[in-house]
Amino acid sequence: MEKRSLTCIGCPLGCAVSVELEDGQIINVAGNTCKRGDDYARKEVTRPMRIVTSTVSVKGGDIPVVSVKTEHDIPKEKIMDIMKCLASLCVPAPVHIGDVVLENAAQTGVNIVATKDVAVKIS
Amino acid sequence: MNSYDIVVIGGGPAGLAAAVSAKENGIESILILERDDKLGGILNQCIHNGFGLHTFKEELTGPEYADRFIKQVAALEIPYKLNTMVLDITEEKIITAVNSTDGLLQIKAKSVILSMGCRERSRGALNIPGSRPAGIYSAGTAQHLVNIEGYMPGREVVILGSGDIGLIMARRMTLEGANVKVVAELMPYSGGLKRNIVQCLDDYGIPLKLSHTVIAVKGKKRLEGVTLAQVDGEGKPIPGTEKDYRCDTLLLSCGLIPENELSKAMGTEMDPVTGGPCVNESLETSISGVFACGNVLHVHDLVDYVSEEAAAAGKNAVEYIQYKALSPENKAALCIAGPEIPLIPADGVRYTVPKKLCTDRMAEKLTVRFRVGSVYKNCFISVYLNDRQILHRKKPIMAPGEMEQITLQKEQLKAVDDLKTITVKIEET
Repeated sequence: MEKRSLTCIGCPLGCAVSVELEDGQIINVAGNTCKRGDDYARKEVTRPMRIVTSTVSVKGGDIPVVSVKTEHDIPKEKIMDIMKCLASLCVPAPVHIGDVVLENAAQTGVNIVATKDVAVKIS
Repeated sequence: MNSYDIVVIGGGPAGLAAAVSAKENGIESILILERDDKLGGILNQCIHNGFGLHTFKEELTGPEYADRFIKQVAALEIPYKLNTMVLDITEEKIITAVNSTDGLLQIKAKSVILSMGCRERSRGALNIPGSRPAGIYSAGTAQHLVNIEGYMPGREVVILGSGDIGLIMARRMTLEGANVKVVAELMPYSGGLKRNIVQCLDDYGIPLKLSHTVIAVKGKKRLEGVTLAQVDGEGKPIPGTEKDYRCDTLLLSCGLIPENELSKAMGTEMDPVTGGPCVNESLETSISGVFACGNVLHVHDLVDYVSEEAAAAGKNAVEYIQYKALSPENKAALCIAGPEIPLIPADGVRYTVPKKLCTDRMAEKLTVRFRVGSVYKNCFISVYLNDRQILHRKKPIMAPGEMEQITLQKEQLKAVDDLKTITVKIEET
């Protein structure tokens, strides 16, 4: 039997969760204080997922970059692929919170959305 | 002189939530004064997610969390002044501020809500030896440069201090292509949230060296490297443990200090432990009608708790104004002038907010927030009314980086004859 100790990141409580595996199958999850911890631990030992947050250049905005995030969590190993897509991206101002700035980033099927408003620069 | 019922000093998360709450509780005349060119405070540069799980039951980024409150301020038509620096507040609640459109302005308030937030401990305050080259930034400055200005402050990075902003920046700089070599923490435990250690360091293979500090800084014009050493139990470097790291950037994430120059100048009584004003159950400072909330009162771990605390401060400011407007007979009829009972932090509890309470004035339930002084595993939070224990709650883990809270019930406190003290302490099994 394999036992893996994780720190749940579902919320800032950071529960110490232990997962017992047998032949790659999860047989027990313990230490979590809510269902989120159970879900996280199961996902983390099989397919770890992350939300990626970053910034994207804005053309003609009152600030030079807009903060963005992946609309949903993406596989952990895709984080750097997402970052590469964002590095060359430039969106025109204005940008509104919730706007999709890139569809299907790095073939993850997940969109990149703006997390703040950027107004047009008044020159 | 313009006058308002409530003037809120600072338009960050605390100020916004306080103003929204005050308006919702029935006060029309409110003004928010903000020194930055936007509302939202530090949340605007905290582009990572993890905010709002308690408040909105969903995971938001900092700017999105701020936006929720900014939209409420707009919907409630609460006026605010940006780019406006408050210079002075008198005990009579006359506020002097300055901006480039109004010039110097004076505003009279019936009640003032202090929500100025906090600032980072600087290199000067840390006494880091060595030369003074470019490339040494507080983690928050680097966060502003990367997330707002779009600049990378450096490529080869060492971080001193494992506060949350330092951990967040370790990940952020890595994602932007920097090589974050190590995070060094003076204490034997991290000052940041566990989730940030997992998500920001472990995910990227960045080592965290506990009980380590920077003992030398090299470079003349630009930082060229730092020397780390292990420290003993008293924080003194241990000879022979030195290790050199080449880097062009050193980020400092070594604690936050409530920004209370205005509060001190106006004469509010201060708590030396939190660095914030001493407040009672209403979050009212020693000056009647002046309330404090958010990181100016004590540094929080979660913005959700800031919003909750600030909403209480806003509501209490409204009640203060309504009470002041009553006739003397009606005031007397309310019976809210009972004695203030001190809350005593003991055995591992560093402080409590509030520091004292009046059972006549408190709501049915009162949240008391505190931090512990070191890491406690499988211990109990205990509360004593005089010598009688009324709470004994087991906690699997408590750490200095995370705020704890308990709830006191008015009914339970009122039931005690001659209540003199309320003690909050950590007890082992």
